[in-house]
Amino acid sequence: MLSRTASNLYWIGRYMERTEFTTRLIEATIRLNSLTRDAQSNQAWRSALAVVGETKGFERSGENLSAFNVSRYLSLAEENSNSVRGCLNGARDNARAARNSLSREAWEAINRAWLSVSGRSSPGGAQAALNLVEAIKAETLGFEGAVARMLRSEGYWFLRLGSVIERADNTARLLDVKYYLLLPEGEQIGGALDRDQWTTILHTVSARTAYRHIYPDALKPWLIADLLIFRRELPRSLSASAAEAVQLLSDIGERTGRQGQADRLVRQRESKLLETDIRTVFQRGLHQYLQRFIRENAEIDQAIATQFRFG
Amino acid sequence: MAARNAFDELWGTSRGRKAREGFESLAAWMAEISATELDRRQQAAEAAFRTLGITFSVYGEADAAERIIPFDIIPRIFSAGEWARLSEGLEQRVRAINAFIGDIYGERRIIADGIVPADIVLGNPSFCVQVSGARPPHGIYAHICGIDLVRTGADEFFVLEDNARTPSGVSYMLENREAMLRLCPELFDIFPVQAVDTYPDMLRDTLYSVAPKRVRDPVCVLLTPGHFNSAFYEHSFLADNMGIELVEGRDLEVDDDVVWMRTIEGRVRVDVIYRRIDDAFLDPLLFNRDSLLGVPGLMAAYLAGNVSLVNAPGTGIADDKAIYSYMPEIVRYYSGEEAKLPNVQTWRCREPEALQYTLDNLDSLVVKLVDGSGGYGMLVGPTASRDEIERFRAALKAEPHRYIAQPTLSLSTVPTVTEKGLIPRHVDFRPFVLSGADKVSIVPGGLTRVALREGSLVVNSSQGGGTKDSFILRERPEGEPAGSS
Repeated sequence: MLSRTASNLYWIGRYMERTEFTTRLIEATIRLNSLTRDAQSNQAWRSALAVVGETKGFERSGENLSAFNVSRYLSLAEENSNSVRGCLNGARDNARAARNSLSREAWEAINRAWLSVSGRSSPGGAQAALNLVEAIKAETLGFEGAVARMLRSEGYWFLRLGSVIERADNTARLLDVKYYLLLPEGEQIGGALDRDQWTTILHTVSARTAYRHIYPDALKPWLIADLLIFRRELPRSLSASAAEAVQLLSDIGERTGRQGQADRLVRQRESKLLETDIRTVFQRGLHQYLQRFIRENAEIDQAIATQFRFG
Repeated sequence: MAARNAFDELWGTSRGRKAREGFESLAAWMAEISATELDRRQQAAEAAFRTLGITFSVYGEADAAERIIPFDIIPRIFSAGEWARLSEGLEQRVRAINAFIGDIYGERRIIADGIVPADIVLGNPSFCVQVSGARPPHGIYAHICGIDLVRTGADEFFVLEDNARTPSGVSYMLENREAMLRLCPELFDIFPVQAVDTYPDMLRDTLYSVAPKRVRDPVCVLLTPGHFNSAFYEHSFLADNMGIELVEGRDLEVDDDVVWMRTIEGRVRVDVIYRRIDDAFLDPLLFNRDSLLGVPGLMAAYLAGNVSLVNAPGTGIADDKAIYSYMPEIVRYYSGEEAKLPNVQTWRCREPEALQYTLDNLDSLVVKLVDGSGGYGMLVGPTASRDEIERFRAALKAEPHRYIAQPTLSLSTVPTVTEKGLIPRHVDFRPFVLSGADKVSIVPGGLTRVALREGSLVVNSSQGGGTKDSFILRERPEGEPAGSS
């Protein structure tokens, strides 16, 4: 496979994953905002910006912080390259360039998702925004379905590799920001439990019912952290993403007959995850732990680009 | 003007009263289907094309991004007999084109024998002096030709243009058929239509057959200018369906006159390049120095015989419109036979008498730039404004050698879906002819282009033209009933 094509596919994977994550984040935030007693404070939307690392970006846009403005900024803003529109532009550009390595269904799902935002300039009110979210979620699911039916070869592996690297980053950020907001440092873990807020986290990673299946307990912050970090059963957990990255790189290595720095880094990460548990994480500080994870994930991204000559 | 007397592919010259023999069931189908249903299918086709992203961009338009070529669901039909005659003529013509290109970059016998004047070849901007004396592997130059045909009567077919550089449009032939199979399956019960989806395999065989000789398992790639090119959809479509890599210039490198592509496993040697980049951009070392699309050193590798380029550089000389006017002589010279497919009568404005005739009859002629394409730089006298005619008059006087003139042909028509119902619109036809190391092959189909505007004779997609599926019928074995209608 061409190095450029591999890079295109990897980035399609990343952009589509980011699209879905941002979409779910908007959905969960709308929900949270309507449940919040003090909706006017827009705390929910402020933290949504923090989760995708766009607090500063939004400030630069010069708009005041309101549900409508943030929702527009996250979904349709041209100036935000991480908005749903920006991600779909990126995904589609890469998909056009790597068209022959995608199945027709996968391309069509990307193109349809792109078409659903390309003509829009305003997300509208909460209901209209939710409709848009539904439409895009349906397409990203369709995309995943199409990818799942692809031939198990380089094309599939690089798409998935992009997805799991992005996914690991997204989950780590979500957990980091929400935990920090909900449990400011020094506060007793398990203290003031705001049930709606925690549900929002699970909602964003589509794990609301998963929690119920795994834990007999009521919603507990550290169990949510455990779920999102360590439980392999949850496809969006850090652990599941890390394991899949190992598998994908080894599939690629088997095909090409060579391995490199990226392989070493993902294996290291996986074994560290296996040796750690949630108690240790909290003892050392969740925030520090997640920050390091995000940094290492970025290093893996770099190593992949170098190893496969993305150029 | 033209439409009133034009030959119709369905009705012949009966003006809608009686369908031509063998096509009665299409007329019956058209009479039966409601306007609403036609409209619904037409829209379904458009939606499908948009989802697929079969788009093109028009140069010189601000919102050049992504329009789809309008598709019309009433097919154009060729009988088995018509197709057999056309195929013979096409093969004869394309063989002559390849012989001609080989000759002028080699011995130049045709010039020495005084058939074609030297200056029109050697002084032609399309003559590629850099490949003079070079012989490509297997001696084939124009591996893929798109020959534009027009029809003016039951037995009158003419070649309007030979496209011997990098002809496009074959993906529309294939996707139009897919759309028709989905939207009008009943037509395929009525008519025994030959399949066109063998084209990618035929093309693949052609590419492999022309690899440099010593190679056992050649590596073929399709070289595209990239996804901003208006024909990118076609490039990716063909690469995908042939199972070969779709590469851009930056994916290739030349080392020691050998072409390599960069892959995740390191470098892989490339033997055949189906390039969809114009000659001028192929290699910045030899041609356009500012080109970022090409590959430095590619021409050296080609001249060393280490890689086959499809089509070979320099084939533009054969589809130059000044050379076109000599095609009947060229065919006769190399095949020893009369051309089975005639040319449209052509006045070469470089010749004083022809220029005078052209200037005297501008309002009835079509005037074309010899090196123009895509419907640009063209005057259609009968529909042109005073201003346009005067502009061409001045241009003709200034640079007569750059122009040819042809009579305004009454192109044949095919009923087409319009707001006012099914109305005849003018069409042309582009079949695709493949020349491999050992044979010439033609897929039974082609691209029918239709001028959607009333009375318009310009079918180019950049000028508001659309496309139709083209049915080539199979010979019916004796005894088989003629369809279900």
